[in-house]
Order: sequence, then C-alpha cells, then structure tokens
Amino acid sequence: MSQPATHHNKAAAAFLKNGQRAQWHDETLWFVRAKRDKAAHQIPEWEALRNLGSQIKEHTLSNLDEYLLQFEANAKKNGIKVHWANNAAEHNQIVYEILLHHNAVNVVKSKSMLTEECGLNHYLTERKISVVDTDLGEYIVQLRNEPPSHIVLPAIHLKKEDVSNTFHKHLHTEKNNQDPVYLTRAARQVLRKKFITADAAITGVNFAVAETGGIVVCTNEGNADLGVHANKVHIACMGFEKIIPRAQDLSVFLRLLARSATGQPITTYSSHFHRPKAGQEMHIVLVNNGRTEQLGREAFRNSLKCIRCAACFNTCPVYRRSGGHSYHNSVAGPIGSILAPNLDMRKNADLPFASTLCGSCTNVCPVKINIHEQLWSWRQVLMAEGYGGAAKKTSMKLMTGVLSKPAIYRLSAGMARFFMRYLPFLVNNRLNPWYKQRDMPSVPKESFKDWYKKNRNHE
Amino acid sequence: MKVGLFIPCYVDQFYPQVAVATLELLERYGCEVHYPLKQTCCGQPMANSGFASMAGGCDKNFIANFSGYEYIVCPSGSCALHIKEHLHSAEEPNEAAAIRERIYELTEFITDVLKLEGVKASFPHKVGLHVSCHGQRMLHLSSMSEKVEKSFSKAEALLGTVDGLELFRTSRADECCGFGGTFCVTEEAVSVSMGNTRIKEHLANGVHYITGGDMSCLMHLEGLLKRQKIDIKVIHLAEILNAQ
Repeated sequence: MSQPATHHNKAAAAFLKNGQRAQWHDETLWFVRAKRDKAAHQIPEWEALRNLGSQIKEHTLSNLDEYLLQFEANAKKNGIKVHWANNAAEHNQIVYEILLHHNAVNVVKSKSMLTEECGLNHYLTERKISVVDTDLGEYIVQLRNEPPSHIVLPAIHLKKEDVSNTFHKHLHTEKNNQDPVYLTRAARQVLRKKFITADAAITGVNFAVAETGGIVVCTNEGNADLGVHANKVHIACMGFEKIIPRAQDLSVFLRLLARSATGQPITTYSSHFHRPKAGQEMHIVLVNNGRTEQLGREAFRNSLKCIRCAACFNTCPVYRRSGGHSYHNSVAGPIGSILAPNLDMRKNADLPFASTLCGSCTNVCPVKINIHEQLWSWRQVLMAEGYGGAAKKTSMKLMTGVLSKPAIYRLSAGMARFFMRYLPFLVNNRLNPWYKQRDMPSVPKESFKDWYKKNRNHE
Repeated sequence: MKVGLFIPCYVDQFYPQVAVATLELLERYGCEVHYPLKQTCCGQPMANSGFASMAGGCDKNFIANFSGYEYIVCPSGSCALHIKEHLHSAEEPNEAAAIRERIYELTEFITDVLKLEGVKASFPHKVGLHVSCHGQRMLHLSSMSEKVEKSFSKAEALLGTVDGLELFRTSRADECCGFGGTFCVTEEAVSVSMGNTRIKEHLANGVHYITGGDMSCLMHLEGLLKRQKIDIKVIHLAEILNAQ
C-alpha cells in the first residue's frame, strides 16, 4: 500500500527517534492534563456543565442558519461590517481587500486557528503584507517558519534551548541564554513595537453571540486587546461553529474552556468586542470552509460542537508521543483527526487510524463530542471510499473469509500455531512490525478448543 | 444458569490457560458452561480497520454459535464490547439483539450477575493492574480519571478479596497501553512507546505480575517485557481469581 510522505505513522516514528524529547513532550502535556483534572474535580457539577454545553451546541447546530443571520443583523446594528466566505480562498481575499482599502501593510494578529486553516499568513505575505503573530508561542513558531503543533500551546514541541536559538538568530538575543524571563522580555520588546506601528489587527473569535452581535476572544497574554485597541482596523475571523445563541450561554462555555484547556479557572483575558471604538472600523468574516458539509454528515456533525480547548490533545497518548506536526493538519490531535477528512479525504485518510480508540478524548471533551466513535466511523467511510488501497482490502477479505468459516479457521489457526512453534523465524523477522521491539507470544502445545474437547465436551 | 463461553480467537490459540481459568471459575460458582466449538473471531480486527462492512460472515457465525444462551461470558472487555456495539444481522435481527443484551465481560458477570462480593482465591504476590480502555471507558468496569464521578473498580474489588495479593496502583491509572488492535503494527513506534510508559510505572512499583481483563493488552506488554528481559510476568485476571 503506498502511503503519502506525510503519513502519521512515519512522522510519529521520526518524532520518537529523539527519545528524550518525546518523553519530555509526553510528560509536559500529561502535566497539563493532570492540571485539567484537578480544575474539573473542583466543580462538583462538572458533568452537568458538560451536558449543558453539549446541549446548547446541539441546539445551535440545529438552528445554525437562523443564529448566523441573527448574529449578522445584530452585528450590523452595532456598526460592524459583516462578510461571508464560503471557503479559505474567499476568506483570504476578503481580508486582503479590507487591508488594501486601508493601505495596511503591517498587520498584527492574535492567535487564530481559522486563519491557519485558511493559510492566511502565506497568502498575505505573498502580497507584500507583513503579518506578525503576537501570541508568544505562535510568534516563536512563526519565526521558525513552522506551523503551530498544538491549538492552545503552539510551540509545545520546542524546548527552552530551541527558543533561545531561534531568538538568537532572529532577535539577536545572547547566544545560549535560556532564561525564560530574559527571552520573554526580548520578544515583548519587539512585539510592543509591532503593536503600535501596525496598520490593522486581526483576531480570532472564541464565541460569537447571536443575541448581541458581539464576539469574545480569550487570550492569556492580552495580545488581542493590545492589537485591537492600538489599531484603526479590526478584522475578526471566525468559523460558522463559533456561534452561540445568548450572552448568558457564555457563563457555561467560559467555565468549560479554560479548565479544559489549561486547568485555569478562567482565561486571563476574556475580551468582549461589541462595536468599533470611535474612529475604528470593525469587520467580522464568517467562514464556512466545509462546515456546512460536515453539518450534513450525520455521523460527524457533532464535531462542530468543538470549542478548541485541546483537552483531547493533552489526554491523547498518541498525540503526546507523536507531536502535533505528525497530523499534517492545522488542527492536530483527536479532534483534528475527525475534522481533517472532511476537508480532504485523500490527504487525511491516515488520521482516523492514528488512535487506539481508547476513548479518553471523548471523556475529557467539555462539550461531549463522541470523538473516538467518529474516528471509528471515519475509518468505515474512508475504506468504503477506497482510500485504504487495494492490498489492504484484499487481505481483509481473505481474513474475513477465514474467520467466518469455522472449518477453515481451525485449519489455518492450527497452521499458524504450528509455524510459530517450530519455525519461529518465519514470524520473528524484521518484516514483522510486531517483532521489531516486541517478542512474539510463546506457543502452547494445544489450543483451548483442543483442551476443551478432551476435558469437557458436552456435545 | 446456562452460560455460553466466548473465547477470543487469539486467547484460544496462544493463551488457553486463560480460557481454562475462566471456565473453571464460572463452574466453581455454579454456572453450566458450554463452549460452542464453531466459534472463531468477533470481527473486531476488521471493523476497527474500517471494514465493518465485511464482518457479516463473522456476525452470522457468532449468532449461530451463541443464540439461546442465557448469558454469554468473555474474558476480554474489548471483544465483548465489539459484540455489544456492533453485532448485527439483517436476517436474524432478534437473535443479534438478544446476544448484544446478554454478553458480559468476565468481571462484570461475576460482580453484576453472580453478585459475588469476593472470590476464594490465593495469590501471594505483588500485582499491578492494567486497566484496559474498552472495558473501562465503554463497558464502565471502573470509574474514569477524566470524569468527575464516584471512584469504583470491579476488578480491584475482586482482587481485593484474593488472599495474599498486594495491589499496586500506577499514577496514570487508566492510560492506554498502546495495543489498539491493528494499531500495534500500523503505528508500531507509538504503540511501543505507549507500552513502555506503562511498564515503567509498574517497574517503579516493584510488582511481580501485571494483570488485566484483556489478554490483548497483556500480550503487547508481555512482548515488550520479554524483549527487554524485565522480570515481570503478565497474568490474566481470570487466572488470579481462579488461583488456589
């Protein structure tokens, strides 16, 4: 079976080659997961809160068209300019035209996975517009010309020495100075200048409230506020699924989001933007990019409930060991693995298989997305659509043939045991991925079936 | 109480002692146990690989073997779960539904159907428990660390009544071992890394045995232990509960 060069298992194996770093990655994210557990357990009504969050999202998705239109009407009343983009290209073009209209060439951006999904930075850079990501982690990976590896902790795959080297190269900090305070100050000095000399600010959106026409952006660094308040143009980009019906629903989601993401009771800055300030222009771009298609896929519509907390990343033992880049998609981890095939089945056919279906992702999800079940369902869809390759299908057919016919099964199982017992080199070789780092089970003299016939047969 | 014994294919072939222990245990507590001879595999390997559509023959064979039993008991949470969730038949929908209702994982059966509060067994060793994901998170055999819920464990409760057994918990109590069916070969590197993390925790506790309700997880851990020449043995829960 031919595999794309970016196949998850190959990228994961490469990430694991540096054993120490991989172990550090696993332990660091486990620390975040443990922090989340502590924060969740401090709320006795946690499971009820999850139910409520899930139900609000369920209701919203069932009436998505109405809430989007209500949001648009209310935002316009507030003096916000609203744009609709059906795909990534339209989104990028809309943003570009707004910037062009204001002769904006320097843009500061607060973290937005949607703009990652749409490839906005690359698009604008090609058109001679400078975009600076102002979230510290995002800034680090931007300097390195890498995509973020985690939606909440974009530079979690990097260690202090990597950041030190990156800053030395790009910001001319002292070589080998790995003091986090020193490094953060250096970045802050550069970023402060960017904030005040920029022509426009782009932010993401965590929640868009239909009832008020306002948006909420959550950051721990206050960088969205700095960008928006220092600039005359604010462009907020959001996927359709960010909509919630009422302002009071925020009380549910803001409690769930920060605890699930980082174990904080609340994000440091929950910034509410309802209208442009005097002399400012505010735009909101509402982006579809495959979301309505996913809404139409019965088995996968639940994935649109996602509030991008990344709890499923942190808990996922596969993600912790393989790193975010192995998922070759803007959203990595378990949730990314069910969102990505919707965007491109061929390119992302490997991702639903990058899971043991252990179900931990489903359990931590604050809005109760049945992630592991959707991973299973995607596998069925992808194989039915022929993305598994002919060889896999043939071998599965062969296996099914044997397993559904007891007589053939008995014969072949007996043969397998015979070969393993007397000719172990047939299975104990490098072509067998099991044997690479694991011994094969030793072979008993008789199967249970043989034992049973001798000792218990009632028939 | 007439019980159909469902022994997963790889247990039949590689770990017959687990099946024998399960059988003897059920008999000791008053069950009339039958092992239908024409059973093969539940079809989980195909379904988890994305070929559930091909599992019809396995389903048919399973129904032919297990229709009519009051209870079906399996010493594997994962295989029991597969039947519970995915056994279907267009021709025999009622039989399939009855089987889905009546299938139990072994410790679940002992606790919830036989309602035994303990077992008469002796196993004077230091033991670590590997909590298997499907049994725990989908069959609810124990509480889950991600959820805010009352703590319980059917396996631990039973192990607690075994004479001389010293149980050691790991700090990541319910993290997946990385077996994951075909995952263990398609994602070999991640699978091995996950298994080694589990082993490291048990090793730190100084246990002599790692036990669990799913032989597949234990087979994966055993493969790693043997290759690294680590002196910890794996043993299925049924063998401990049946140990005299």
